[in-house]
Amino acid sequence: MDKLIISPSPHVHGEFNTKRLMRDVIIALLPAMLVSFWFFGINAIVVVGVSVISCVVFEYLIQKYLLKTTPTISDLSAVVTGLILSFNLPPNLPVWLVVVGCFIAIGVGKMTFGGLGNNPFNPALVGRVFLLIARPVEMTTWALPSTFSLSFDATTGATPLAIIKEGLKNGQTIEQIKESADYTFNYLDTLFGHIGGSLGEVSALALLIGFVYLLVRKVITWHIPVTIFLSVIIFSGTLFLINPDRFIDPVFHLLTGGMILGAVYMATDYVTSPMTPKGMIIYGAGIGLLTIIIRTFGSYPEGMSFAILFFNALVPLINKYIKPKLFGEIK
Amino acid sequence: MIKTFKRGGVHPHENKISQNAALEQLLPEGIVRIFISQHIGAPAECIVAKGDKVKVGQLIAKANGFVSVNVHSSVSGTVLGMEDVADYQGIKKPAICIQVEGDEWDENIDRSSEINRDLSKSAEEILAKITEAGLVGLGGATFPTHVKLAVPKGKTAKAIIINGAECEPYLTSDHRVMLEKGEELLIGVQLLKKTVNVDKAYIGIETNKQDAIDNLTKLSANYSGIEIVPLVPKYPQGGEKQLIKSITGLEVPDRALPIETGCIVSNICTTFAVYEAVQKNKPLFENSVTITGKNLKVQKNFIVRVGTPLSQLINAIGGFPENTGKVISGGPMMGRAISNLDAPTLKGSGAVLFITKDEAKRGVKSNCIRCSKCVAACPMGLQPFLLYKLAELNMLEDLKEHAVHACIECGCCLYTCPANLPLVDYIRLGKTRAMKLIVKPK
Repeated sequence: MDKLIISPSPHVHGEFNTKRLMRDVIIALLPAMLVSFWFFGINAIVVVGVSVISCVVFEYLIQKYLLKTTPTISDLSAVVTGLILSFNLPPNLPVWLVVVGCFIAIGVGKMTFGGLGNNPFNPALVGRVFLLIARPVEMTTWALPSTFSLSFDATTGATPLAIIKEGLKNGQTIEQIKESADYTFNYLDTLFGHIGGSLGEVSALALLIGFVYLLVRKVITWHIPVTIFLSVIIFSGTLFLINPDRFIDPVFHLLTGGMILGAVYMATDYVTSPMTPKGMIIYGAGIGLLTIIIRTFGSYPEGMSFAILFFNALVPLINKYIKPKLFGEIK
Repeated sequence: MIKTFKRGGVHPHENKISQNAALEQLLPEGIVRIFISQHIGAPAECIVAKGDKVKVGQLIAKANGFVSVNVHSSVSGTVLGMEDVADYQGIKKPAICIQVEGDEWDENIDRSSEINRDLSKSAEEILAKITEAGLVGLGGATFPTHVKLAVPKGKTAKAIIINGAECEPYLTSDHRVMLEKGEELLIGVQLLKKTVNVDKAYIGIETNKQDAIDNLTKLSANYSGIEIVPLVPKYPQGGEKQLIKSITGLEVPDRALPIETGCIVSNICTTFAVYEAVQKNKPLFENSVTITGKNLKVQKNFIVRVGTPLSQLINAIGGFPENTGKVISGGPMMGRAISNLDAPTLKGSGAVLFITKDEAKRGVKSNCIRCSKCVAACPMGLQPFLLYKLAELNMLEDLKEHAVHACIECGCCLYTCPANLPLVDYIRLGKTRAMKLIVKPK
């Protein structure tokens, strides 16, 4: 008889482990990835591939040679960062910029703070925002979708949100902008992803399929995405009711830009979101509000990345003050 | 309506593979060793001497004070004297050793299989019988039953709750008692009601034991004031505070006893023991023990005499099963690992569980990814990831501030943790330190 194992209870463990959770996120991102391959062709494949590989390689090198610890790339978290970062980039971005973005995401965004679990900001967003500020021209030159092609050449154009922002600046009403020649989108296009924009954000439907998968697999809870959506509907809806000529309607806000990608896949990042359901609701409502403020009154057409990063910074504060209610607590 | 508690909890694989094994008597052979302390409270005082002849059910150690219980012989034979005997964990404690000779019972015990339905005894008489029979809570805590039933001054009991949840995976002894001893159980409930002077009793049973729910529902038609409450299968449904919450909707206030809600909770096996003690004059010297595990050839639910060597139970299932990584006394969520396979069984031994090597391995610990699954799983509304960190850093004041005292050590946090962090291990340590439960031996 071998020696018996002696340890405290519990003696059985549940189904979750970090790798499984990360693998589920990757699976949830697949539909949106395939849509991007279809519409943006070889360009998208290159950006996604380079991004995932560089993130994994940077994490491995930093852990092995700089920190001299055992590399933990097998937990797949670097793959998730790489995928999400690539989803936030224009499909026609030069490859060297993708690599720089990955270096900032993994090196600065994640490893400087001690690796997985210790980073205050979402690493992929750190990489994305760095690129957006450092190279605004490349980062806002959007390839327009076509059907799958192996050609690296792509026609470029603006995203729906950018066209509207530009038009509003010129004093046009939304009705007039939507009737202009530049504007060729309808709601169905935004649902299936036939619009210009970041690689992975274009198809609302594909992202929502992934959302359902994440909920079913219990990877995330509904709290953050749903409160973001509700808060966007409430705040943009109020503005829309006040003046439909100047303000975009809520459905358009939800379906365009990085709204769904951000709400479902980035705001819910475990490490950088609150620990309690109540905290998650505050965090989600705040992100929704801030996104609408930036989109409507700021100079950027998009606001999701900045809103998420800003609320990432507030998470420690939320965690400190919002505690779960103790069983049988006496007030 | 199927009831449950809302906050936290997990649902491990039930693995109730021994649920169809009917209760079987297992008689001890050779020497039994009976600890004089098998309960919470002061050890009992030995009243027999070397060479004395004892019968089954004879008092061999007397309760020493109020929070203490009588201990009875589980066999007939000759007393070999007091000895320090290693328990399941290998810790030596004084025990009375008896050489088994035949199976001669004390004359006062009614051994007939007839059910005694006489409910005319007064509350005092019932309580006296329970005290005399040395009853303890058989759910695991082994708290003296007569102390639990003594309602403190100024408090009133409103209802008795019988815990038939058996929410721990693998365990099936309560299930078998509910199926095979249904009517005795209900009489036990009526006796408990009378003792604390209440009209209402609830028996909470998880719906994964539908046959037990049906059996007791049918039988309870003949007994007034007993309601069978189906519960959602969810761990820790059978935790005292969770069970009260599920059935009555009331929360036991923080730092208070369950009596604050007017509820007194009793375990299935304990309730059956109440019936036997009061109606049959039978002290607590045997109890039902599940012997189970995925690698066992046979699954058993034995009725085991207190003090039977564990090795005899293992022989009864065909020897030590291969590929065993861990042997556990109790369920896999809150049971304790056994290191000494020769140890004698106790009053509160409800199960012996064999865990295979694969199951027994804990995963490799990695960084906390702050997924908040532990916060969602905690049935007490604590933040396990935080308490873990504070306990690791030995920050005792902060631990107190974050209500470490409320931890019931159910293990849901560790069960659910994707990073395999030893959450409840450290919280348990932090709790004992912060509440000064560890005292240096003098």
